[in-house]
Amino acid sequence: MTTLQPDEEVMEVLKEVDDPELIDVSVYDLGMVHSVAINDSDVHVTMIPTFAGCPALDIIERDVKNAVEEISWVSSCTVEFSFKHLWTTEMINDRGRQQLKKLGIAPPPKNFKEGEEWTVHCPYCDSNYTSIENVFGPTACRSILYCKECRNPFEAMKPVLQQELNAL
Amino acid sequence: MTKLIRTAEEAKQDKAYAEALTELLYQLGDDDFIISYRGSEWLGLAPHIEEDVAYSSITQNTMGHAAMYYQLLEDLGEGTADELSKGRKPAERRSSVYLEKVNGTGDYVEEPEYDWALAVVRNFLYETLKRVKLEALTESSYEPLRQTAHKVLMEQSYHLAHWKLWIEQLQDSTEVAKTKIKNRLDEAWKEFGDALTYGPKAEDIVKFGLSIDEETLQERWLERVNEVLATKYDSIPEKGLGDGRAGDHKEDLEQAFSIFSEVYMSDPQAAW
Repeated sequence: MTTLQPDEEVMEVLKEVDDPELIDVSVYDLGMVHSVAINDSDVHVTMIPTFAGCPALDIIERDVKNAVEEISWVSSCTVEFSFKHLWTTEMINDRGRQQLKKLGIAPPPKNFKEGEEWTVHCPYCDSNYTSIENVFGPTACRSILYCKECRNPFEAMKPVLQQELNAL
Repeated sequence: MTKLIRTAEEAKQDKAYAEALTELLYQLGDDDFIISYRGSEWLGLAPHIEEDVAYSSITQNTMGHAAMYYQLLEDLGEGTADELSKGRKPAERRSSVYLEKVNGTGDYVEEPEYDWALAVVRNFLYETLKRVKLEALTESSYEPLRQTAHKVLMEQSYHLAHWKLWIEQLQDSTEVAKTKIKNRLDEAWKEFGDALTYGPKAEDIVKFGLSIDEETLQERWLERVNEVLATKYDSIPEKGLGDGRAGDHKEDLEQAFSIFSEVYMSDPQAAW
C-alpha cells in the first residue's frame, strides 16, 4: 500500500466531485481541473470553466471547496476559475465519456474539426441513425437529438473547440 | 507592433492606456448585457418550443460573456461585476442605442406584442459584428482580453450560425416574411451606426493596439452581412437614434434599467 502524495490525495477527492447537472460525472473526468497548489495546509485549486455563462460554476466551486476541506490535513481550500486555459470537449477523459453515456448523453466526437459533419451515435443502442433536433439543449453544453433506430430522444455534448480564425 | 500588456496592474501604470481599455470593455460588456436582457424578454414567447430553448441558451451564454468583461473591469478596479451590470445608471452605459430598443409594443407581463423580425435582424447584425470584433480582439494588446476573446469565440460560433439560419430562411420565405425582414433591415440601417464605432476614445483604443480601427471593423462587417442578405447594402448604418458610446440613450434603456435593476437596487448590500 503506497501512501499518496498530498496533491494526489486532492486529485483523488476531485474525482468524486460531480458536476451538479451530470450525476456521476466528476469535474475531474470532464477535464475541468487544471492544477492543484499546496502550501502547508492550504490548497488552491485552479479550474477551467466549461461555458462562461454556466450557472453551475458557483455550485461546483462550493462543492470542490467543501470536498477538499474534508481531507484531514487541509485547513482551507480556495477555488479559482481561470479563463487563461480554454476548455474544449476534447478534455473529457474516457471515464467521463463512459459516464455520460450512462446518463443518456452521447459524448462529444473525438478529433472533430469545425465545419465537419458531426456523426453522433445513440448512447442507448449505438446506432448512428440519429438526427439533431436542436443544437441548443437543456444546459449550455448539451444538444437535443433523436435516435431513429431505437426511437429514443437523447442528448449529446456539443463539440466545443478552439476556432480556426479567418485571416486577420 | 504595440507592446503586450499582461496584467491589470501593468495596464494601470499608463493612465491613458487604462482609460482606453476601460472604455472598450464597457462597450463590449454593455452591448452583450443589453442584448441578453432583450433576449430574456422573449422567454416563453419565441415562435416555437425549440426556438425558446435555443434563444434562452444563447441569451444565457451571452450574459456570461458580459460577466467576463465586467470581471476584467473589476480586475482594473472599476467595482464589482454586480455593481457594474446592475448598479450603473443608463447615462453611464456605453451600449449601442439600437440594441436597447424595446422588442415591440406592450410589455412582458401584459400583452407582449413583440416583433420576431426585429429579433432576427438585430441578433444577426449584432452577432456578425461581435464575431468580427472578437477575431480582432484575439490580437489585442491586452492579454486578458485576448484570452476572453478566444473563450467567447468558442461559444459564439453557435449563436451566429443560429441567427444566420433564421435570416436566410425568412428572406427565402413568404412575401409577408420577406417584407417584414426587409423593413427591419432598412430600419437598422438608420439606427445601428453607433454599434460600429468606439465613441469618444476611439483614437486611443486603436493607437494602443486594443482593437482594429473603425473603418476596418465597418468594412469587414458590411462584407460579412452582405454575404447573407438578399438585398445588399452599399453603405454602413447611420446613427439615427443617437450615440450610445457617448452615453446618449433613449427611454427604452430607462425602461429596461427599471426592471433589471429592481431587485438589486432594493438592497445593493445583500449577499447572494
